[in-house]
Amino acid sequence: MTAPTAPTAPADLLYSEAEEELRAAVRSLLAARCDAGAVLARAETGRPHDPALWHTLAAEIGTAGLLVPEKLGGQGAGHREAAVVLEELGRAVAPVPYLTSAVLATEILLGCDTAEAAPLLAELASGRTVCAPAVPLTLAPGAPLPAPVRDSGAGTLTGTVNAVADAVAADVLLVLADTGLYAVRAADAAVTPLVPLDLTRPLATVTLEAAPGTRLADPATARAAVAGALLCAAGLLASEQAGLAEWCLTETVGHVKGRYQFNRPVGSFQALKHRLARLWLDVASARAAARAAADALATGAPDAPLTVAVAQAYCSGVAVRAAEECVQLHGGIGMTWEHPAHLYLKRAKADSLALGTAGHHRGLVADFAELPAP
Amino acid sequence: MTTGATPTGPSTPITAETVRARTRELLAAQPPAGTDRTAFLRARFDAGLAWVHYPEGLGGLGAPRSLQAVVDAELQAAGAPDNDPRRIGIGLGMAAPTILAYGTEEQKQRFLRPLWVGEEVWCQLFSEPGAGSDLAALATRAVLDEGAGEWVVDGQKVWTSSAHNARWGILVARTDPALPKHQGITYFLCDMHDPGVEVRPLRQITGEAEFNEVFLTGVRIPDAHRLGAVGEGWAVARTTLMNERVSIGGMRIPREGGMIAPVAAAWRERPGLRTHALHQRLLELWVEAEVARLTGERLRQQLAAGQPGPEGSGMKLTFARLNQEISGLEVELLGEEGLLYEDWTMRRPELVDFTGRDAGYRYLRAKGNSIEGGTSEILLNIVAERVLGLPPEPRDDKDLAWKDLSR
Repeated sequence: MTAPTAPTAPADLLYSEAEEELRAAVRSLLAARCDAGAVLARAETGRPHDPALWHTLAAEIGTAGLLVPEKLGGQGAGHREAAVVLEELGRAVAPVPYLTSAVLATEILLGCDTAEAAPLLAELASGRTVCAPAVPLTLAPGAPLPAPVRDSGAGTLTGTVNAVADAVAADVLLVLADTGLYAVRAADAAVTPLVPLDLTRPLATVTLEAAPGTRLADPATARAAVAGALLCAAGLLASEQAGLAEWCLTETVGHVKGRYQFNRPVGSFQALKHRLARLWLDVASARAAARAAADALATGAPDAPLTVAVAQAYCSGVAVRAAEECVQLHGGIGMTWEHPAHLYLKRAKADSLALGTAGHHRGLVADFAELPAP
Repeated sequence: MTTGATPTGPSTPITAETVRARTRELLAAQPPAGTDRTAFLRARFDAGLAWVHYPEGLGGLGAPRSLQAVVDAELQAAGAPDNDPRRIGIGLGMAAPTILAYGTEEQKQRFLRPLWVGEEVWCQLFSEPGAGSDLAALATRAVLDEGAGEWVVDGQKVWTSSAHNARWGILVARTDPALPKHQGITYFLCDMHDPGVEVRPLRQITGEAEFNEVFLTGVRIPDAHRLGAVGEGWAVARTTLMNERVSIGGMRIPREGGMIAPVAAAWRERPGLRTHALHQRLLELWVEAEVARLTGERLRQQLAAGQPGPEGSGMKLTFARLNQEISGLEVELLGEEGLLYEDWTMRRPELVDFTGRDAGYRYLRAKGNSIEGGTSEILLNIVAERVLGLPPEPRDDKDLAWKDLSR
């Protein structure tokens, strides 16, 4: 095997006691305040975010600062812990800006490592401020970074970015422009909500017209910080996908045990049992892949880019399939607006485009594992 | 039988240190360089260092299984011979735990030592032409000759690896056809040298014969070689089968190890073979193989942490499917060369390597992976029922007398 792909130390693929405690705290909060009915009701208002839920999750439980060192105002935990939070958020399709603000924006600011970035980082870590990177949700690690925004003079920025996730909930936008990275107050940008496929992660077009910004990093630092942050976010998205898939499996198994047709539980038919057994295998495998990615990011393993690409290439498909099986095996009820299966299907499908498709990540695997295209 | 060795017993907790000390005493008493292999292995067994989790007097110390690694490392460092576990896998993995669980004291004393040392090879006489997945339907008959205190066995077994080398076979046979099928079965230890045992090679799609058919005609088995009570054979057989699944699919492989290795190597070394369509499939399977490796690794970590997960039931399913898809891709990747086969000569391999020989062999041999040791269809039922708790299919064969079942 070639050097770049050889695993260094065996990854810890289990959960520590502290991680299980964190999971229990997040799960009980979501069970109390973010059940499927509440998520759907909020989605119907067109403003899915729940600021009170976010405050408890981000500030009181302290999950917003997991990736931030204590000296910068965070919890000094790491990617393994943030991954546990994302598993639970995926299980609940919770409409909170965790992936965008607490992971992607936070990692960009950590990558800047400048005095200008530190105060904003502390704000994000405390959960008081929500920050959305003004990049398309589809932007992937390893892909060329777009530069749709330019410096329009005197520290002002002009340009348009499409499909920006959670911008509608953001206080601050992080803008990658030709002259570096800027923080722009959301109030100084035009944030136009779009109609998203995934009702639980709102999208918007962000338009800047000579908007004032605070420069946080030079172009080279900014691009490196964004690239690194995209890798982390992609790796942790796998945990959200694994959590989502697990909910779909559990919900579906519960349904087929209680649903009677032909005088039998439909879950006693071998055709369904085999489908669900295969899905269980895939979900167990997705968990291992997601855990490996979180651990590789946490330990800074040299093969982390490969492990993340493997996790993304695998978990996207499992989440989509789990949600599709959930809809199909629920029969008619799975097709209704009332049943939450559609929220999971929409999140899973949108997640399969977020931060790079499985095909994009397989291309990265080809590079890292030295299996070149013809 | 362990005279002079470091004392063990209920009063002395067994630690890595005591196990290491006993291993060094063994090495001092029987220096590997100057000791006959069999003599060394017998001495190791008698010192309780064969399988430390077995009881004292039966090759073990009643110690935690994890301490075996300490013994193995010491012995390997000293260049001591091992018992060639791959050659005697059925004995070690299936016969031994069953004899330990159900055997009489005489049976344990008689059989376990030569089994572990490798002086007596074992085979498994379970599957029959009419009883594969539905093993409990088996038809081989055992009738007690009360005057002689012997059972007389007639029937046919199939898919028996090692039968041509074996001294003993673990055998399930029907002792009461009037009872429902699970209740009329008894478990025996069958002498493969009995004149009524005929072993014929069973040639398979690869051209070679790893397995045998075994014809049993008037085979006489002393009642002392019955394992467990008359009619209790199904419970005994379940012990054997649980151990079989633990031993399949549990091996640790490096990244890009196993079946994907030769395909990745061919891809790198022979650019002329590359096409875009094959590239996409190669990457999908490379990713799946890596995820399967991680899933197996996670399972091992759970076991080591004392939290056994249900993932074990699934690893063999994944392993079978990936082996088949990857070896299929390899044949296709090789182009003209994929049209060829190394050699169809009928052979009797001593050891089986799923990743050995050429791509055509790997492709054909992998077809067995979803059949041997439980078909994938049966394993999916097991996952669905035992892991997910889904209800069984309605059945009408459980309470009928075996003799009244359709066949």
